[in-house]
Amino acid sequence: MSDALFQIDNVSLSFGGLKAVADFKLSLNRGDLHGLIGPNGAGKTTAFNLMTGVYVPDTGTIQLEKKQLNGLPPWTIAKSGIARTFQNIRLFPDLSVLDNVRMACHLRARHNLLQTLLRTSHYYTDEAAMTARAIELLDLIKLAPRRYELARNLPYGDQRRLEIARALATGPKVLLLDEPAAGMHTGEKKSLTALIQNIRRQLGVTILLIEHDMSLVMEICEKITVLDHGQTIAVGSPGEVQKDAKVIAAYLGEPQVRNEPPLPSGEDRLKSPRSRDLRQVEGDDLRRQG
Amino acid sequence: MSDLTLHPAPLTLGETLRRSLLAPLIGLALAFVIHRFIVPLLNPLHASLALDIGVNIILAVSLTIVNGFTGQFSIGHAGFMAIGAFTAAGVTYYGSVMLFGSEAFAGGILSAAEAGDATGFFTSGDLLFLAGCLLGGLIAGVAGFAVGLPSLRLRGDYLAIVTLGFGEIVRSLLEQSPDQLLLPSDPAARAAQIEHIRDVGFPTLLIHSGGAIGFGRVPAYASHFWVYGFVALTILVAFRLKASSHGRAMLAIRENEVAAASMGVPITRYKVTAFVIAACLAGIAGALYAHQVRLIPDQFGFQRSFDILIMVVLGGLGSISGSVIAAIIITLLPEILRSPPPLWPVMLVIIAVLFIVRGRRAIRAAIVLAAVAIVWEIVRWVVGDLSPYRMILFALALIVMMILRPQGLLGLREVWDKWIDRRRAAKVEAAA
Repeated sequence: MSDALFQIDNVSLSFGGLKAVADFKLSLNRGDLHGLIGPNGAGKTTAFNLMTGVYVPDTGTIQLEKKQLNGLPPWTIAKSGIARTFQNIRLFPDLSVLDNVRMACHLRARHNLLQTLLRTSHYYTDEAAMTARAIELLDLIKLAPRRYELARNLPYGDQRRLEIARALATGPKVLLLDEPAAGMHTGEKKSLTALIQNIRRQLGVTILLIEHDMSLVMEICEKITVLDHGQTIAVGSPGEVQKDAKVIAAYLGEPQVRNEPPLPSGEDRLKSPRSRDLRQVEGDDLRRQG
Repeated sequence: MSDLTLHPAPLTLGETLRRSLLAPLIGLALAFVIHRFIVPLLNPLHASLALDIGVNIILAVSLTIVNGFTGQFSIGHAGFMAIGAFTAAGVTYYGSVMLFGSEAFAGGILSAAEAGDATGFFTSGDLLFLAGCLLGGLIAGVAGFAVGLPSLRLRGDYLAIVTLGFGEIVRSLLEQSPDQLLLPSDPAARAAQIEHIRDVGFPTLLIHSGGAIGFGRVPAYASHFWVYGFVALTILVAFRLKASSHGRAMLAIRENEVAAASMGVPITRYKVTAFVIAACLAGIAGALYAHQVRLIPDQFGFQRSFDILIMVVLGGLGSISGSVIAAIIITLLPEILRSPPPLWPVMLVIIAVLFIVRGRRAIRAAIVLAAVAIVWEIVRWVVGDLSPYRMILFALALIVMMILRPQGLLGLREVWDKWIDRRRAAKVEAAA
């Protein structure tokens, strides 16, 4: 795995006494579609923030094509070829749909500020190319007809897809998707699945995906890393991960329920992860989805 | 596909020159028309108000680049204006004394308020004045860089405090500066003083900026041509910025800093760039101001910074046309309230236009305007002179404005965006 495109080794980050991510390892080859799952608060988004330079890791290395990325500011990392979407949508709400995407094309622009103010030939050709590229990407997510609307006026599902198009406009080698299906209904999820596969096939982008929707993750990812409390508890194919005892325990709690002493008070009850009945129900769910 | 492969053919030289230079030349031509043909028709009071409006437009539009585009909250703009003003005043005044042996006006047709004062078309006096303006802008820009680089890592309130402090530091430094080296009327003493000024020389002379008494006797080169010429260039810079990828990067910072950084926008560099451009333009505005009135450091306190800020916020953060309109309104409003003129002729025209436009909103606006005109006439008739209350009314107008339209007159948009939207919608529909 030494010739991996994107290599993360032993990355850790603590917030005060809390170890948010510990000894995180990840290795993506060109064209991979890798899933990153785990219960709420497992450190998935923190891992993304480490990869994109929002946080600087305490230890470990992050490399893209052998180039060290940790410690660089987010914009330099974006320029080296890592783009992301956000769990809670972070579009530019008062800019048009087209400008949201066009804005992210600037990384490949070659004109400087003086050329912009003087309106040289370079400026016009670059702007025209950026616009063409942005419309191409909007075509991919089927939003080209709405390109002049403000991003804030798009429906939720479209906003999520617009974020993907914006990330693609930076021309990434690795695309990090943070819960792209969150809040989408079944139909939207289906078209999102098709979109992700399309991006990978057409643009050859390597994708790392955080997602809570298990059916989606299991359907499209070839390999999955499971996080819990900042620790990597399993890596493997969807089939392997689903059978992994640690993963089941992380999602559903430890199985030795009957050995636990009875809960004496309401306060203690709050500390216990979940009641037994609920565990049963969710376990059934997971099995059905698998 | 990860690169911009579809590069269109470059423009021809002629086409490039046309697109690059046509707009600024039209702007300068308009400024010349205003200077030569419109201003002579105005009375002196209105003519000087027009100069104030021009300077305020430059200030408001330049602050829009920082507060509107990048979404930073700078409230020390008067500090940059002061730096430009005192630098340019020093260059022109001491430069005139050193070159011409007198502080008298020696400009050409473009600078002369009255055609009879001109000593040619473009004289060395004009050149001195322009050099002063550009140097003022340059030094203000350098100050902007020095202030911006460390402080633009701060956000929101903290940046506001730093910029406010900067403005006050500039003002108090100017108040402590040595006296201006004035020319006495006695011929012998005058010659000695000129000799002394030549001995001191630049750049030390610039420090003699008059202290708290201020700096006067600067020849009045800032004609309507120069003021409105720079207004045109400032507006052009702002528009060209807003419509470009650099401007979009700035707007992205304002909209969501984290997302902008993740999309590859070097946050600090863009913030500092916006800050420097704005400071530079504010310095030029100050330089123009310096050639109109006697400069006193107190004119550049935080009151002035807030006036500029109000123009930007009132116009809509990020709207260039909005801040131009707001600059005009805010400069004129106190004067209008001083002796309220009849409002109905203007209102009648606007209402007539609205009726021609038709549509429910236009009619509703017409009714509101008619009501305002009627109330205005009643107030005029009952109260007569509003000047004692004008500052209260001014404040009230701002409060009402902020309640009714917290996003300002236009928000991020420009006056004509509606028409553009309509045309685009038609185009998209035609394509589908």
